[in-house]
Amino acid sequence: MKTILKNKSKKTMKSSTKEIVAAMIFISPWVIGLIAFTLIPISSSFYYSLTDYNVLDQPEFIGLKNYTKLLNDKVFRTALYNTLYMVVLGVPVTTLVAISVSVLLNNKNLRGTSGFSVIFFIPTLVPTVIASLLWIWMLQPDTGIINRILGYVGITGPGWIASPTWAKPAFILMMIWTCGNAIIIYLAGLQDIPMTLYESASIDGASFFRKTVSISIPLLRPVILFNVVTLIINVFQWFAEPLIITEGGPNNATNFYSLYLYQNAFQYFKMGYASAMAWILLLIALIIIGVLFKIMKFSESN
Amino acid sequence: MNKSKMRFMLEQLILYIILIGLAAAFVIPFVFLFLGSFKESSELFRIPFQWLPDRFQFENYKEMFASIPFFKYLKNTLIIVFFNVVGSVISSSFIAYGFARLRWPHRDKVFMIVLVTMILPFQVTMVPLFLMFTKMGWIGTFLPLTVTCFFGNPFFIFLLRQFFLSIPEELSESARIDGAGEFRIYATMILPLSKSVLATVAIFAFIRTWNDFIGPLVFLADDDLYTLSLAAQLLRSNLDPRWHILLALGVVMIIPVLIIFFVLKKYFIEGVAMSGLKG
Repeated sequence: MKTILKNKSKKTMKSSTKEIVAAMIFISPWVIGLIAFTLIPISSSFYYSLTDYNVLDQPEFIGLKNYTKLLNDKVFRTALYNTLYMVVLGVPVTTLVAISVSVLLNNKNLRGTSGFSVIFFIPTLVPTVIASLLWIWMLQPDTGIINRILGYVGITGPGWIASPTWAKPAFILMMIWTCGNAIIIYLAGLQDIPMTLYESASIDGASFFRKTVSISIPLLRPVILFNVVTLIINVFQWFAEPLIITEGGPNNATNFYSLYLYQNAFQYFKMGYASAMAWILLLIALIIIGVLFKIMKFSESN
Repeated sequence: MNKSKMRFMLEQLILYIILIGLAAAFVIPFVFLFLGSFKESSELFRIPFQWLPDRFQFENYKEMFASIPFFKYLKNTLIIVFFNVVGSVISSSFIAYGFARLRWPHRDKVFMIVLVTMILPFQVTMVPLFLMFTKMGWIGTFLPLTVTCFFGNPFFIFLLRQFFLSIPEELSESARIDGAGEFRIYATMILPLSKSVLATVAIFAFIRTWNDFIGPLVFLADDDLYTLSLAAQLLRSNLDPRWHILLALGVVMIIPVLIIFFVLKKYFIEGVAMSGLKG
């Protein structure tokens, strides 16, 4: 009896070391990739952020000068302001549209909703470059379709991307157009809510709107949080659309954080300066991710 | 009774109107693009605005194929797409097996690092990666866009891990008792059971790479290596952008994606839904 037990424990011990070794082999490509393409670049980027470096000459160490220069850089401040504008206005508006659409699609009394969900998803499949070109064309003040449609209801549309005031709202429209991923995620979240909750509310005579506000939205909270954080991070890496549509103009009204970072690196060849921006971006992203993880854990334990 | 039925009907009607209105707003850009690609260039910016082309003509498409080396760009795009699809499926499933099917200390804490890198903006590593690849002589080759995908993609690792976790542990256990090694269990048991999620990963990798703009923009310095997305941007940044050609190119770039989407819709929607909070 004793020997059997001993053998058995020996065997599980042995297999678990074996298991650990196997696991290390399985995850090794990820570890190598993480070190080579994430950790080394991020740490070397910190070194570059302390230098003046234009790629052709050797990097020259200048201490924290890039960071202090950033504080006084008007374009940097504008880019930061524009990015926050999108976070404060664009993210809530997009979230509202995405939730409204998914709530409608989840309404069991409406027919053909699965066909509709396809319609809301396909804009996310359009290559960024093509989507951007399409929007330039649609946003033309006189010949574009958006002002045309506004005209049908008697509104004289603004100059959109040609106007410093209306350029950012134009980008919000585009952000809404590509919220299909969020819609699908919300829809999946809504489908997890037990039907019985709605049924008992129906017996009490609650309207669809009422059920949405007091059942769907509260139970959807973790999903909303996840999507909002994803959207915020997306705003911080927003790059291709403004580069193609406006190149940051008019008068830097659509110069966003990542676009300005790109311009510094690949148009002005200020690699050190761009690296300093990248490090600040890293800190912002880590703070946002940290908050997300914290709240998620918190809501899980509830 | 009658009154509440009336209210219900009215509610349905209003909801339908809202839904149709929203759907129309999402679809109109496509309609506009497809119709526009058949318009002559003089019609594109004409006042007053007109929905339909004067007559449907395929000149824009013919001119597009004649005036840009479309098939060269297509070949470049497909080379990068091919390596991304193959690399992502192989490496991410391999890595996900280590995170889902094997037990080791601090596994789930280490997995948090995968989640963090999943959300980390590309711009954080863009500049140092460019400098590193420059030193390695990789800029102006496909290598930065192809080699890197053989080390796992955090999002795909996440998707695959979620799926692998749902496969009963007993299957692996009985295989182990029969003396199968981990690699054999991975290759002959887990992968065949995961065809649907592997399809999802392959489709996502395809679409992401097909649509990618920033990667090729930063790493492909040589216009012989340009992808379709870069070609479109090149056309656009000309002093005199030829819009009629761009619209035709846009339609040609969107159609394969739409076909894949409609044929494999199930995998798409499942994949996106899984990327939320499930599991």
